[in-house]
Formats: sequence, C-alpha cells, structure tokens
Amino acid sequence: MLIRTTVNGAERAVDVPPATSLLTLLRDELELTGSKNACEQGECGSCSVWLDGELVCSCLVPAVQADGADVRTVEALADNGGLHPVQEAFLDAGAVQCGFCTPGLVVAVADLLAREPHPSEDAIREALAGNLCRCTGYQKIVDAVRLAEEALA
Amino acid sequence: MSVTKPRGGIGESARRVDGEPKVTGAYAYGSDLATENMLWAVTVRSPHASARIRSIDTAAARRMDGVRCVLTGGDLEHAKTFGLEFCDQPVLAEDVVRYVGEAVAVVAAETLEEARLAAAAITVDYEPLPAVTDMERALDADAPLVHDFGNVLRHVHIVHGDPEHAAAEVWVDGYYETAMQDQAALGPEAGLAVPAADGGIDLYAVTQWIHVDRQQIAPCLGLPEEKVRITLAGVGGAFGSREDIHMQIHASLLALRTGRAVKMVYGREESFHGHVHRHPSRTWIRYGATRDGRLVSADVRLLLDGGAYASSSPAVVVNASTFAAGPYEVANVRVEGTVVYTNNPPCGAMRGFGAPQVCFAYEAAMDALAAKLGLDPLELRLKNAVHRGSVLPTGQVLEGPAPVRELIERCRAIPLPDEERTVGRDPIGYPGGAGNVSRGESLRRGVGYAVGFKNVMYSEGFDDAAEATVTLRPTPDGPVASVRTAAVDYGQGLYTVLAQIVRTELGVDEVVIEPSTSGVGSAGSTSASRQTTMTGGAVLGACREVRAALLERDLAEPISRTYTHHHRPTTPIDENGQGSPHASFAFVVQRATVEVDAELGLVRVVQIATAQDAGRVMNPQGAEGQVEGGTAQGVGLALTEEVILEDGAIRNASFTDYLIPTILDVAPVVTEFVEEPEEGAPYGLKGVGELATVVSTAAVVAALRAATGRTLNRAPVHPDDLVGIRPEATSSGPAPVPDVPGQKSIPEYLGLGLGQQMLMKGRDE
Repeated sequence: MLIRTTVNGAERAVDVPPATSLLTLLRDELELTGSKNACEQGECGSCSVWLDGELVCSCLVPAVQADGADVRTVEALADNGGLHPVQEAFLDAGAVQCGFCTPGLVVAVADLLAREPHPSEDAIREALAGNLCRCTGYQKIVDAVRLAEEALA
Repeated sequence: MSVTKPRGGIGESARRVDGEPKVTGAYAYGSDLATENMLWAVTVRSPHASARIRSIDTAAARRMDGVRCVLTGGDLEHAKTFGLEFCDQPVLAEDVVRYVGEAVAVVAAETLEEARLAAAAITVDYEPLPAVTDMERALDADAPLVHDFGNVLRHVHIVHGDPEHAAAEVWVDGYYETAMQDQAALGPEAGLAVPAADGGIDLYAVTQWIHVDRQQIAPCLGLPEEKVRITLAGVGGAFGSREDIHMQIHASLLALRTGRAVKMVYGREESFHGHVHRHPSRTWIRYGATRDGRLVSADVRLLLDGGAYASSSPAVVVNASTFAAGPYEVANVRVEGTVVYTNNPPCGAMRGFGAPQVCFAYEAAMDALAAKLGLDPLELRLKNAVHRGSVLPTGQVLEGPAPVRELIERCRAIPLPDEERTVGRDPIGYPGGAGNVSRGESLRRGVGYAVGFKNVMYSEGFDDAAEATVTLRPTPDGPVASVRTAAVDYGQGLYTVLAQIVRTELGVDEVVIEPSTSGVGSAGSTSASRQTTMTGGAVLGACREVRAALLERDLAEPISRTYTHHHRPTTPIDENGQGSPHASFAFVVQRATVEVDAELGLVRVVQIATAQDAGRVMNPQGAEGQVEGGTAQGVGLALTEEVILEDGAIRNASFTDYLIPTILDVAPVVTEFVEEPEEGAPYGLKGVGELATVVSTAAVVAALRAATGRTLNRAPVHPDDLVGIRPEATSSGPAPVPDVPGQKSIPEYLGLGLGQQMLMKGRDE
C-alpha cells in the first residue's frame, strides 16, 4: 500500500506491505537507521520518534498510521550548526556506551525538556521509564538530562 | 618532535571517540547494514529439548516466491560443527536436536517477509526423546545422555591444606542457587555476509573476538582463513553474549551458495535462543572458623548447568571453582566444581564469568558465620581478607596488589543514604514505585555488604596476546596518529582509552582508530576484563617504539610500529587443582541499602556504595560507567532477571517478560576507586568491566536479608520470598563428585576438535 508521509521535513511516498510498521518503513525503506529495533514490542523505546509531534514507539505504529502525518526522527535533531544540546549533553555526561538505546533516549529527553524545561528527578525517571539501557545503569543519563536542561535554559 | 600535552590523555574523562555518530543515529550497528541486491535470511529452530530428526521437508519452502536457498544439515559439505572451546555444536542439527532453539535450517529470500514465510513452510518430523533439564538429574547414572560420551562436561577438584582434619570451632553450612541470566544486550545478533570474487567471503558482523570467529567459520565454509575476511560491525552491547558464533556461519554459507550478499538479524525472541546465557548455579558451602573469627576451612560443592553445548563452560567452571572460597585466607580448602551438559539452552560467558554465582554463596555464608560468631560482618571480612602475598586455594600466590582491607574501609566510609520519612512520599518513592501500590505502611530498611574478586585476562596457561599497529603521519596540520587493531569495542569505551594512550605517549591531538578487522593480528577477546590491559598494552608498546624511532629521524615519512602485548604467564591446574592459573586479580566491595515493603514483598534499592580496585583509572567517567552499568546487571539478577525454563523451553523470551532494570529500578551508585598499580600492566591498570556485577547481586540480597531476617538463598529474590510465601530453596545434599579421568574437559580427553584452545595454545600443537 502507498504511504505518503513527511519525514524530517521531506515528503516521501513509499509502497509497503500492509503489515509494515513505521519503524520498518523508516529503517528498511527510507534508510533512516538511527531509530533502532531492540524489542519489537514497545518495551525498550529504542525506536522512539515523533508522530505529529507526539512521542511514539515506531515499532508499534502501523506504517499506514503515518499516512498524511508528520514524522520526525533522531536524524532531524542535529542540524548544520552541530549537535542538538541533548546530544551534546549525552556525550559530556558519559551517557553513551554501546549507544544502541541512545537515539531513542535522545529523542525522549528532547521531548521531555520541550514539554517540561525543569523536570524533577522523579519526573525524569518517569518520563524515561520506557527507554531501556543495558550498559549505563542510567545514572549518567540522568546527568545528561540535567546538563541538557542547563544548556536549553 | 616536541611532546606537548594534548587534551584527552590518560586519566581524563575524554569524550568517546565514537560518541558523535552514536548520538546522531549514524553509527552502523550490525542490524543497520545493507548493500545492493542483498538477500535476507532467517533460521528455523527446534521446538524440542531433545529429539531425533526423522526428516526435514523443504520442498514447499524452496518453491515459494523469492526463496533463493534453503540449507539443512544434510547440505553441509565441510566442517559440520563449531564451538569456542570444543567443536561440539552443529552448524545445523542433522540427526538430533539437543535444546529448544537449536538451528535446524536456514532460508535466504529476496525479502525478510518471504524468508519468514518460507521458514514457516519447512516441516521437520521430530521423534521426541527423553530430555534432561535439571543439572542434578544430569549426574544420575540413568539420566538421558545429552552427548553419547556422558553429561559431565568438566569437573574441577581443588584440595589445599588438610580439609579433612581442619580444626574449626564454629561451622556454617549453606545452600544457594542462582538463576539463568540473559545478557540482554539491546543490539541484536546481526551481520552481513558478502561473497567475494576470489571465492572467499567478506563478513561484517557483531562479535567480541574477530579471530576466534574466523577460526570457527573458515572450516565450516571449506575456506582457508585468509579468505574469510571479517570486519567488525557496530556492536550494541555484548556482556559475553557475542563470544559465541551466531549468524556468521549461516549467512556465509548462504552467501557462498547464492553468490549474493546475505543479511541476518535476530529479533528479540530469537536472540534469547541465539546466544548463551549465564549459568544457573547450585552451591553447597561450608565454612569453619575459630571462635575469634579466623577462617580455617572452606568446603564448596558447585554445580553449573552448561546446557546442550560446551561454549566456554570449561573456563567458567574453573573460574567459579578457584574463587569459590572467597577473597579470604583459608588454609584448608576443598572445592568440587562440576559443569554438566543438559538439554537446556547453552550457557557460556556473561559478565563476571562464574564469579557472581560463587560470590552470592560465599558472601551469604560469611554473613551467616559472622552472625553465629557474634561478629560484625565487616570485621570478620577484615580479619580474613587476602592481601599481597596471600596464598589462594590453588596455591597461587597473590603477587599483585590486593587492597581488600582498604576497599572495605573505603566502602564503609561512604556516607549511608539519609533516612527518609515513611509516609507522605510521592508514590514513585516507595517500593513498587510507579505501580502505586504502597503508602509506606510496613517499610523496612536493610544494609548489606559483599566483597568479591575476579581474574583479569585469560587463565590456565593460555597466552591471549594482543597485537596493535600505531602509525604517526605528518600532515600540513601537524602529526596525526592512527591505530589498527582487531580489538572489539562493544560500548565499554576501549577505543577512547586507546586514543587517550596515543595522545599521552605521542603528544598528538588527533588519533584515528581504524576499523577492526581480521587483516591484522589477533587482539584476543574483549572479555575477562582484559582488553584495556592487553590491547592497551600493545598500543602503548607500539607508541613507545614509534617514539624511539623518532629519536633516530624526523617525521618526514610516516612511522609505523607493530607491538604484541603478553601478560604474565599462567599455568594449568594439576590433579589437586594446584597451580597459578590466573594472570591477575581485581577486587571490589559494595554496600547495598534497600527498602522492603514487608507486606507486599516489593523492593526499592536506595543506594549502592562501591569501592573498586582499579590499579590506575584511565578514564574516570568511563570507569564509573562500568561500575554503574555492571551494578544494574547484578541488581537485575538479585531482583527480577531470570530466564524461566519449562522442560528446557524459555518461557519469557521478550523484554515484556524478562525484566531488565529500568531507570525507575536503579539506585544511585557512589563509586570510589583504589589505585594501587599492577606491576607489568600498562600504567598499572586493572580491567574494571566485570567487578561490580560480581558483587552487586550478593550485596543487594544481603541487604534484603538484613531488612527481612529471611534466609533468601536464591537469586533472583521474588516478592513471595520476601513475604515468606515461597519456602527457601532446599537441597537433598551436595551433588555427587563425578568419576572423571582428571581436571581437563571431558571432550578434551576424547580428542574432540578444539576450538579457541587451539588458537590460544598455538597452531602447531
């Protein structure tokens, strides 16, 4: 089926089988492999993207739902001026190890700080509870949120 | 050249060299690889723990749209088995299957969907056979045989002093179990095999040791090793699970058959079946001490479930056995450690490699002994802690630093977390957290300690050397250094530390880490906390040779030097388990503070305090990250992580049902490092990757015992254990000592093909 969608500002038309997820459309059809597939059932958040401005696990979203919608992925965060402050913060805080969860977390943190510029620690943890990381133990991810918060203030 | 002091040298929290592509999404993991005109492949796996394969019907699958190749065991033309230590694992099961999830066929098709449909159309006619899925049952004389040579994979026997006649005044006995744990690296098994014009294969895959992969892959393809060219794909975490072959041979076989590039990526459920796990363990431990608290005797019986194939089990059982009496001076020790084959999924390497299981047992026994003696648990440990010069149960003398007492004192001095009010918290601040089930009615706080240790580098006489080439080039903007190795950075930060070493040694700002490939000498495995020491040592040696060359001439032309680093030699163990099997040791102490809702059995970990022996901290932020991440994995095994098996089948092969800690489940980790340089190691460093995982399960469960007064002899601890609904784990007594010819692995006595042992012992043997 033909899906017409806007991805990172560009209009795209893709013909995919009906059962295709948004994540598969992004990764295998549009070659936007920044969004990761780690669990395939919405538990890990590695595939987090914005769908019409709302944070979603793209592995749980049928591609057809992106028809006519606006999709933004991790690839849209950095611009020509350099990394997004959340991305810089992840590097400064040492919040990246293997990095497989990082694109999803960077998107989730950017989403959180856009909604809530000065979250409490509980709010940070609640907001990121859907993003699994196996390497860091999360401590430096919380540090990164604080660094990003300062940079964005 | 003048040596300036560049930014990002050793001892600094230098930014990751691979960080930028990781935060932008540009970093290419194995699952991200693609090429023109490639096929997708999937695996057909056994639903039976033990069965005879009567026939496999692939005719329907071969006729399906897009299908380009189907392979079963009968189609294999070259070596049909592989394995890390012994080639006991079939590439594709042909006659029998020995575990649920064993590969029996592979399919390549134009699309992933077509490959999946074809795989589902393959019919395998199985005749189910009796299975043995309990590790003690595996030792019974009438147990079903997993392999026809028996179910004992290796038995380790250690006798030190006179354990039969040790004159102790106070004894404690304990029985402890730990569950099967999954590494749960987020990045799945994945890779791309590309057939080459010379008849060889170019393979891009995730792994921990490129050269030992190649050694296993080449015979199965019927190719000389030089025609199997491996380039490391981005690795999304490993923790031991990428030591063993996964898709490499299958994809390569399909690529050679079809003449097309073949991509394979495991989904999460398949990943649970497609890699080895941490061994479930049963430990019977008996400590004897004098009334004033001096250990005089330790008797430990240990059983590990190796699952259906050997993987690295023979090395894991040596580790577990040699550490089983704890980091304590005990004059009289007997250890009987056995790893058995069962029809459960294979077990092998996971962070800690046998050490966490025994630490869980010996630290619980030490707490029980302290209670019986009326001693403070830390005082008992201080009295008995090993130090430089101590003799271990193997007779090995601790020649390097062993600052256990200092670690205990440093950990104890870390301030305890503040007491918190029990009522009126935000629900997220209670055990059960966001589940919103507790209001703090019956909170109990507990504090527990654990002391642990582990070897660094490979053991038992292997020379797991590492090679590196460093090149310094003149450029218009000044000299630039590059590093070529076959070493794997799966996220722990090796490449960053290598760049720091080069910056420090050569005084350059810009260091290029070239892709890791089989085109250079082996770096050994990124495991056993060894790679910063080994490849770091090789890079350091190469840098020093480049510097020496610079004294002879200027940098008009590039200077390139290759260096191979070796660690201190080790020895096998003799018939009594005596020898110097380990190259180096590192130690750690953790204190866990927990809060338990005693009515609901829910737990909140409040704080983990760590004091770790690091020799020399190369990158403080990275080292802390290792402790924090390693702790989270240990906390997982303490509270939630368990691969649940039912007749050998994994019942929770998903992140919905296998629960790794989330950001809501982890506590603040306070970390202090003790830096006492290790002689002979680069900069005196000791690997930091595994230690926190060795002790954190034991520390958390010790704290839970303190909070509840319950025995809690099984990890993970369930809510039912904490409220007393589930009885403690019981045993009818220690597993029997099997009748074996000696200390080596049984397959070795039978002359079965050696895996990595051949590589590590040298090709000529």
